[in-house]
Amino acid sequence: MLLLVTLFLPLVVALILSLIPAGNTSAHRIGAAIGSGLTFVVSLALWFSFDKTSPAFQFTTNVPWIGSLDIGFRFGLDGMSLLLLMLTTFIMPIAIMSSWRGIRDREKMYYIMLLILQSGLMGVFASLDTFLFYVFWEVVLIPMYFLIGIWGGKDRIYASMKFFLYTMAGSLLMLVAIVWMGHYAEVQTGHFTTDLQKLLHIAPSIPFEAQKWLFLAFALSFCIKVPIFPLHTWLPDAHTQAPTAGSVVLAAVMLKMGTYGLIRFNLQLFPQSSMYYADFISVLAVIGIIYGALLAMVQTDVKKLVAYSSIAHLGFVVLGIFSMTAEGVQGAVIQMVNHGLSTGMLFLLIGFIYDRRHTREMADFGGLAKSMPVYAVFFAIAVFASVGLPGLNGFVGEYLTLIGGYTSQHLTSRWFAIIGASGVILAAVYLLILFQRMFFGPLTNNENRTVSDLTKLEVGLLVPMVLFCVWIGFQPNTFLSVSESSTRAVVGVIEEMKGEHRYAAEVNRRMNGDTSHIAAPALPGAPAASPVAPPPGATIAPAPPPVQVTPAPMPSRP
Amino acid sequence: MSSITSDLLAALPIEIVSLFALLVMLADALVERSTKLCTWLTIVGFVGGIVAAGFTMLWKLPGFNGMIAIGGMPNVYDIIFCGGGIMTVLLSRDYLERIGGMFDEFYTLIAMSVVGMMLMAHATDLMILFVGLEIMSICFYVLSGLVRGRLASNEAALKYFLLGAFASGFLLYGIALVYGSVGGTSYAALAIGAATTKFPMLFWSGIGLMIVGLAFKVAAFPFHQWAPDVYEGAPTVVTGFMSTAGKAAAFSGFVGFMMPVVASNAAGLPNVRAVIAMLAVGSMLIGNITAIAQTNIKRMLAYSSVAHAGYMLIGIAAGNSIGWTGIMYYVAAYLFMQLGAFAIVGMLERENGGNLTIDDYRGLGRRRPGLAIIMALFMFSLTGIPPFAGFFGKYYLFYAAIRADMTWLAVVGVISSVISAWFYLGLIVNMFFREPNGDEAPTPVLTGLTKVALALTIAGTLIVGFIPEWLIRAVGK
Repeated sequence: MLLLVTLFLPLVVALILSLIPAGNTSAHRIGAAIGSGLTFVVSLALWFSFDKTSPAFQFTTNVPWIGSLDIGFRFGLDGMSLLLLMLTTFIMPIAIMSSWRGIRDREKMYYIMLLILQSGLMGVFASLDTFLFYVFWEVVLIPMYFLIGIWGGKDRIYASMKFFLYTMAGSLLMLVAIVWMGHYAEVQTGHFTTDLQKLLHIAPSIPFEAQKWLFLAFALSFCIKVPIFPLHTWLPDAHTQAPTAGSVVLAAVMLKMGTYGLIRFNLQLFPQSSMYYADFISVLAVIGIIYGALLAMVQTDVKKLVAYSSIAHLGFVVLGIFSMTAEGVQGAVIQMVNHGLSTGMLFLLIGFIYDRRHTREMADFGGLAKSMPVYAVFFAIAVFASVGLPGLNGFVGEYLTLIGGYTSQHLTSRWFAIIGASGVILAAVYLLILFQRMFFGPLTNNENRTVSDLTKLEVGLLVPMVLFCVWIGFQPNTFLSVSESSTRAVVGVIEEMKGEHRYAAEVNRRMNGDTSHIAAPALPGAPAASPVAPPPGATIAPAPPPVQVTPAPMPSRP
Repeated sequence: MSSITSDLLAALPIEIVSLFALLVMLADALVERSTKLCTWLTIVGFVGGIVAAGFTMLWKLPGFNGMIAIGGMPNVYDIIFCGGGIMTVLLSRDYLERIGGMFDEFYTLIAMSVVGMMLMAHATDLMILFVGLEIMSICFYVLSGLVRGRLASNEAALKYFLLGAFASGFLLYGIALVYGSVGGTSYAALAIGAATTKFPMLFWSGIGLMIVGLAFKVAAFPFHQWAPDVYEGAPTVVTGFMSTAGKAAAFSGFVGFMMPVVASNAAGLPNVRAVIAMLAVGSMLIGNITAIAQTNIKRMLAYSSVAHAGYMLIGIAAGNSIGWTGIMYYVAAYLFMQLGAFAIVGMLERENGGNLTIDDYRGLGRRRPGLAIIMALFMFSLTGIPPFAGFFGKYYLFYAAIRADMTWLAVVGVISSVISAWFYLGLIVNMFFREPNGDEAPTPVLTGLTKVALALTIAGTLIVGFIPEWLIRAVGK
């Protein structure tokens, strides 16, 4: 019940606001802020009543919707989704209040769109029904499309169309996969279903060939959203053109829909295919880390720079996810939150300076540290958090994901983590250059001399974000412990699978007459944390489906 | 034993609407300044039709010696047709008066065409199917040319009539061949004869010709060329009615005779299904791609309606119960969203037929935010974005395809949905993201009738998505 209130409160507030005449702008501004603020308060109740020790979904509801197809309003949270839901409810009031100064056109619609967006985002994280998940996934598109298209920058039309079409193209194939799985359940059990928890039981029996296609259909949709190289081209456009609040929400929460989906659906539903494609996606993730960083270095538009840095940062998240180790996935989850905070802050700060100077070109700034000392301090914190300075949040996440990538037995090479680690250095390079060019040096531009420093409201919006950056930096366990049991459950399933694969691979090898590598084969279902780690660079036995023990052509791996 | 009383009772929805169609004709002839009376008579007739259809929903029996079937799916179609009729009548008053096409015959024609549609849905004999189709078509020919003063309207009527007559010919020739091969025109004879006929060549040629005739009526590729011209030239409310209720009726007839053919499980069936799948693919892709290039909004909606016919053909190609339900569901969703879109197009149209290009919609979001948001709602629904009606329709049809082991068809469907997003969203871009180009059309005044009609279409677009269960249950029984 509490969860339902949280999910639909913003929508209800949006409905109420739609009844207030458009002329009454202050009512809309304050109403939206109160609505999202209240949502945050309610979500705090979720946070405190959440049982961290259990990996199960909590606060579950199940209201039938289309009974004949077993589609229902199934909601629930585990540790991972709770963290992301809290991130949403935390960021949203900040995003709304940050728009008070910059948005002067059609304010009624603007705030209604933001509130609908909030409900949609939370719905994505809380859905336990694939159909429902898809509905929320698409619902999110509409308000963001309007936010970019109406209140965006010069090329807003191009950016909004690109954003919409890219996301929709990916997600529709996911829809086919969702229906396909529902139908598979129908063949197996006699009932069509989109219930995620039922599907989790049914999914392992899907033939491996079909699973690979399903994995790809889901992964395409999520990888576009993350975005993973080479599907990222919509992101710089959308980020740069969106209004400040839009960029903040886009970076802080919306990109996490993709990474969340990769864990919730790809890893959980298709562990076998995840292992099969782990290398492939990790290569793309690492390319994203380096490529995003290199592109960020050559940007002259501050906002574009931060947009490209998002691609790099999310590369770490994806690498952590597909390391499929407890550290890696935990790191990915916490890095999602971190990126939300630090990049959210950066976009917010860029929005503040844009409101004052109406430019985002790096060359137009310089020496701002003198005229805007408070602003400079906050910017420095955001930059350091983003770079991954120890003591701030970014460090924890990047460290864990890289550890995960390095120790993972699912990735064929440790070079993924090693090359990925160089992305941390590159991040330091481009972000520090950015900071130096904007804040140090002489005050060459007259306008920069007279620009006013942050207002109290703006400081008030930034302080909570800084607090959380420091909190996660020093005491990450507060947050890590929340998602721990659920990520362990995800990884546990994969480990179990791997045990079965080892066994199957062993049988394969024996039947092929190759007896040179026989170790004690792990039994199916046995805990597979093998005592001896494979030598660096060792190839892990390719994974045929668990049921198939006849010699089959081994799938080749990159 | 079927007595004449039970037959008459069973066909109650058809009779009520026919009766009121005749009453309207009389009122038009006898009463002076009868427009208001005719409007209300027609609406009462349609409401009566809906009530009667609901009343006989659960009967499930044949009537008139197996010429028509009562209960279940045909009755749901009745409700769809009558609902479409009500909304069209509500919308038409303002519009027709403004463009100078206010003739009271309009109401008779609308009501009579609905009678034809209902006959098609209820038909269990190819002759009834044909008679229904002709009643409907002839009404449509006249309705297209309603605005005598407009050249485009006349052109549309003539074009539609000539090509429509051809299509009817195909259908009739097909029926003749089928009759020749199975020795009967009832659907029951079709079900038995499809597998046992001694002249399979003749039979499948007949089915093929019938498919051509009906594909023309639903405006499916490659028999769609008439649609843009007719949709553009006909008065906008009529276009809306033709493209929704008319298409729904053609599909109800299509489904009606395909169901027994599929049930026969005859040897030639996979070929027919493959052909229909090809029609579906062609309609979806050609319709959507061509729609991108249109500058006139009525033509754009016409091409997009070709694409929507393609989506619905997926259901027939799949040929399973989900497919039949899916089509019914889709036409219901389509009724609301497409009729709603045409309603708004009609409101913004000028007396001389101007203000119809997509560019004219620039800045509508600033001038008339309410109308623009409603239009955006219909556009999103037509694209198939949840949680609006169109999405649920597509969901069922894709499910039908996957269930019939035609996942590829569902994939083509989703790809063409992405293509369609381009032009549907293009309109939204013009309405909200661009500024007006100076030449502003006078903002329309909405009267009570129009408001009610719009409210109905909006409610339908939202409710069909949110509470879809009852519709499915209604057919399942």
